[in-house]
Amino acid sequence: MRSFLTTNAELVITIAKIAILLFIVLTVNAYLTWFERKVVAHIQSRWGPHRVGPHGLLQPLADGLKFFFKEDPTPAGVDRFVYFLAPLLALALALTSIAIIPFGPEPIHLFGHDIYLGIAPLNLNIGILALFAITALGVYGVALAGWSSNSKYPLLGGLRSSAQMISYELALTMSVVGVLLMAGSFNLRDIINAQAHHPERGIFGWNLWPQILGFFCFFTAAVAETNRVPFDLPEAESELVAGFHTEYASFKFAMFFIAEYTSMITVSCLCTIMFFGGWLSPFPASWTFTDYLPSVILIPFGLWVIMDGLRYETVFGRIILPGVGTVLTALGLALIVLPQFNNFIQAPFWFLSKVLVFLFVYVWMRGTLPRFRYDQLMAFGWKLLLPVSIVNVILTSFAILAKMQWGHQ
Amino acid sequence: MTAPLIVFFVLAALAVIGAISLILQKHPIHSALSLIVVMVALAGLYLLMGAEFVAAVQIIVYGGAIMVLFVFVIMLLNAGVEEHTSLSKLAGPPGLLLVVALAAFVAATIAKSGASVQTAAQTGALSSTKGISEMVFKDFVYPFELTSFLILVAILGAVVLAQREKS
Repeated sequence: MRSFLTTNAELVITIAKIAILLFIVLTVNAYLTWFERKVVAHIQSRWGPHRVGPHGLLQPLADGLKFFFKEDPTPAGVDRFVYFLAPLLALALALTSIAIIPFGPEPIHLFGHDIYLGIAPLNLNIGILALFAITALGVYGVALAGWSSNSKYPLLGGLRSSAQMISYELALTMSVVGVLLMAGSFNLRDIINAQAHHPERGIFGWNLWPQILGFFCFFTAAVAETNRVPFDLPEAESELVAGFHTEYASFKFAMFFIAEYTSMITVSCLCTIMFFGGWLSPFPASWTFTDYLPSVILIPFGLWVIMDGLRYETVFGRIILPGVGTVLTALGLALIVLPQFNNFIQAPFWFLSKVLVFLFVYVWMRGTLPRFRYDQLMAFGWKLLLPVSIVNVILTSFAILAKMQWGHQ
Repeated sequence: MTAPLIVFFVLAALAVIGAISLILQKHPIHSALSLIVVMVALAGLYLLMGAEFVAAVQIIVYGGAIMVLFVFVIMLLNAGVEEHTSLSKLAGPPGLLLVVALAAFVAATIAKSGASVQTAAQTGALSSTKGISEMVFKDFVYPFELTSFLILVAILGAVVLAQREKS
């Protein structure tokens, strides 16, 4: 056993990382549904889920149980193999794409091994291309689900979705070319490191400023790729019942749902990496006092959770919430006491904060924007996004050429 | 057996099974799905050879763009189960003969070239994205531009045909 562990350490570490990341992603997915319902509710002056557990925090758990115990009928006349394959494909591809994201620069030293945050190897030189490859295959989940259901609304939803994804994939790919030109690499770690050349500039060193056009195109196209509002025509309730997953129930529906939320997370991670400096701090490197920001956020939040939990009469509120609050507060205090740990946590902290901001923007858009009409959607993709992203590529190439010609800044 | 060899046999088996299933499937969608399996298995083989860029592009272009269009058109036309006419049945025996001839030709070529067949992963300029782009944009820039011009002409032709249909 021991010799197996030492000879195959790399394999064991990778499998452990996959298991941990899977657990984290699925949990985040579950709470993303809670977050979305809560935020949309507050945008619309409602309370959102608040019955199951304090602040409705147990709602995702209840929803998950419901998915498991629901009847799972298979409609008559479906193409059985493809009907079962489609949700599997959607979920598997969405989860695979997360594996390519790096979450931090520094390795954890454990049992004599350097364990980096992120599953893909460090020198994955096709990082962004691999992601696009997985996204390109993602269309099948939706298209095949629509086709195999043997029902007209899913078929229309599937057709719409394939057309939409093909159209926006072009703009999506073109919009990142500027970033790739500036970094000179497909490797996601290199792309982040290329934004760290001027640590004194902080937030102004990120790709966002020179690539503001690219960012606009990328984020819009990415929202369309993930079939979210305002581009959620494949599942427009008022026209197509529930679109491609109308005929799916129970856990097969949940698989589509998890796939959609996982792609939201992936897109948020990608935006962070490509345009918002990944794990880089937005403050200039000389402002070392900003290292205490995680503690400054964690300790008051933890104390508030304790206070809030004590108000409740239920077991969950009385015991678990203060427990979680204590852990958060202790973590904040530990960060102050252990500078090494604090240094390590900076990168993942900034990365996750930025991802959270993007997830909020996703929900925010859903709460405020109306849906596009189908012809508007197509015109927007082909006549605005694609030309703008091509112009961005040309401008960036000229800027880089000019910089090479007339010396360095 | 080493790990790369096992992966090779798994991928090769997938590709062959996918290709056979592509022919034997009755429904066009199932055939298209089999073709996607072949494309992805081929991409895996490229990756095994160290050609990362080619592998990714294989999935993006063939697995993604082209096959999505296939599936899309099959869905749009709602094509049913394939019909066997007497002529299509007749095509079987000559096809089989061709398969045998092609397999023999490939086997003979491999046997003849012997040791010069590359079996290990490629490293260096040929496999890296940088190496490929330097070849395409420096050494072979004129053929490359000519090809893109050809594709542009084809796109224009498609647009013209579509426009004529409308009026």
